[in-house]
Amino acid sequence: MSNDDLLQVDDLGRSFGGFVALKGITASFGRNRVTAIIGPNGAGKSTFFNILSGALKPSTGSMRFRGNDLARLPQHRFVHLGIARSYQITSIFPQLTAHENVRIGAQAFASRYNIWTPRASYHDVSERAEQALADVGLSAARNRIAATLAHGEQRALEIAIALVADPKLLLLDEPTAGMGPEETRAMVALIERLAADRTILLVEHKMKMVLGLCDRILVLHHGRLIADGTPADIQNDANVRSVYLGQSLGYA
Amino acid sequence: MEMAASKPMTKIATAPAAAPRRERLGRWRVPLSIAVLCVLPWLLPSKALAVNVLIYGLYAMGYNLLFGYTGLLSFGHAALFGTGAYVTGIAIGQFGTNWFLGMLAGVIAAGLMAAAMGALSTRTRGIYFAMVTLALAQLVYYVALQASSWTGGENGLRGFTVSKVGIGPLSVDFLNPIVKYYVVLAFVALAIWTLSRILNSPFGGVVEAIRENETRAKACGYDVVRTRLLAFVLSGLFCGLAGTLSALHLAIVPLDSLGYMMSGQAVMMTMLGGVGTFFGPFIGALAFLVMEDVLSLWTAHWQLFLGAIFVALVLYMPKGIWGTGLVWFERWRGR
Repeated sequence: MSNDDLLQVDDLGRSFGGFVALKGITASFGRNRVTAIIGPNGAGKSTFFNILSGALKPSTGSMRFRGNDLARLPQHRFVHLGIARSYQITSIFPQLTAHENVRIGAQAFASRYNIWTPRASYHDVSERAEQALADVGLSAARNRIAATLAHGEQRALEIAIALVADPKLLLLDEPTAGMGPEETRAMVALIERLAADRTILLVEHKMKMVLGLCDRILVLHHGRLIADGTPADIQNDANVRSVYLGQSLGYA
Repeated sequence: MEMAASKPMTKIATAPAAAPRRERLGRWRVPLSIAVLCVLPWLLPSKALAVNVLIYGLYAMGYNLLFGYTGLLSFGHAALFGTGAYVTGIAIGQFGTNWFLGMLAGVIAAGLMAAAMGALSTRTRGIYFAMVTLALAQLVYYVALQASSWTGGENGLRGFTVSKVGIGPLSVDFLNPIVKYYVVLAFVALAIWTLSRILNSPFGGVVEAIRENETRAKACGYDVVRTRLLAFVLSGLFCGLAGTLSALHLAIVPLDSLGYMMSGQAVMMTMLGGVGTFFGPFIGALAFLVMEDVLSLWTAHWQLFLGAIFVALVLYMPKGIWGTGLVWFERWRGR
């Protein structure tokens, strides 16, 4: 574990009643890399993600992000430290325009409780939102109501909302869920661009995409970390092969 | 009435604010609202009814900030209205303050009451929030009933008639109905302008975002509980102001102003007018009070008919009278 690491988790665990969803996860994540978290359904990927984004508190273990202890922090503080996320099921503000959606994300860094100044006067917030929309290629859709956007556009919009926080760590929960090949290609290109200057963790089921995109893969199974390495390591790991028995790892 | 109203209310509790989000009239909503209220007493049969539209419209407007814009269904807003009314009456009647200090005390007390109620309720949502606010309001009701040396108990609070209001040497006759109307309107207009600023502020955007998608708002870095608490207090200040104006208007505070029927009226008026619309609460108050006037002249069972009309409106016009009007207006402009 070097000091250069952005995020360190140590013996992280979470149980729900008697059910152990996650246990003994120890790992550290360096800067500007793309790491995938894979595993069969119920492996604990979502629990892990929810803990990393503050939506769930860990039952055991510690996590540190750029020197800050995250374990007891309320969720709304995470984004202010530099951790932003997208959800498996698209989570946006459906009745607001695309620009207003991203604007809300940007505004959290300018004003949260001002009840008097017109929000239209916060020009820097608006511009920041425009920039994030441009970064994901949605500038043309800025005035459309989010609910009327295509699925792929909504996914991109959600990433823009996360991106406007200028996160050091971006958590993407199945960014290509429900997308066709065309939309998936666009999303992969976007993630590659974003990875140039931030750390990305993603949960993904499309194995071919994971192998091509990521420089590291963590494999979870029954809440435990069973493998951690480069895509080549993971493809040759006997443990992983037995977990994915009958599934064509690497050829999907 | 409360029986008839309960079913549609719980339905709204899970999916609040079906109202049109965008009011194109937005830019002009403050001057237009005030202009309509300026001519209102000349269109209604009695000035007393017009004053009630102002007071109950303001009450429903404050309620709408929490229900329509923030998405929280409270059944306890009578406690805020009543606190404003009682504290004003007690300040003037028992402490001999002037009318303005009495109002100020009432509004501040309502704000404090809202802070206390909000602190205990904003961590819950949906039906739990409704039940916690209802229980707290009932608590306040019974305290007022028991503390009769202060509140007059079930006879209500009397003995604080304000006959003249003014600042320094300038004063007007508050017993003259038309003067009274425009004095009350001055405060309501101030409240309308303030609400418009709140809705246009960054905070107004956050409140809307939380109503739209609480999970995402939290992930964006907003403290949902604290934002809701602030919305509750602001809502309480508006409703408290309505209460103090009601005390000055009637020169009596009936115990019913703390009752659950009073809380229910805020819900009904807001829904009649249009949940989450700017001017809807005033239209809702107007419709409610006119129906009450007309129906109670005609039959002693007026609440039954009012309830039936309310159910029909909620079923067939879920956006309310004003909300539906806005949709038509948009459609007409869109052509």
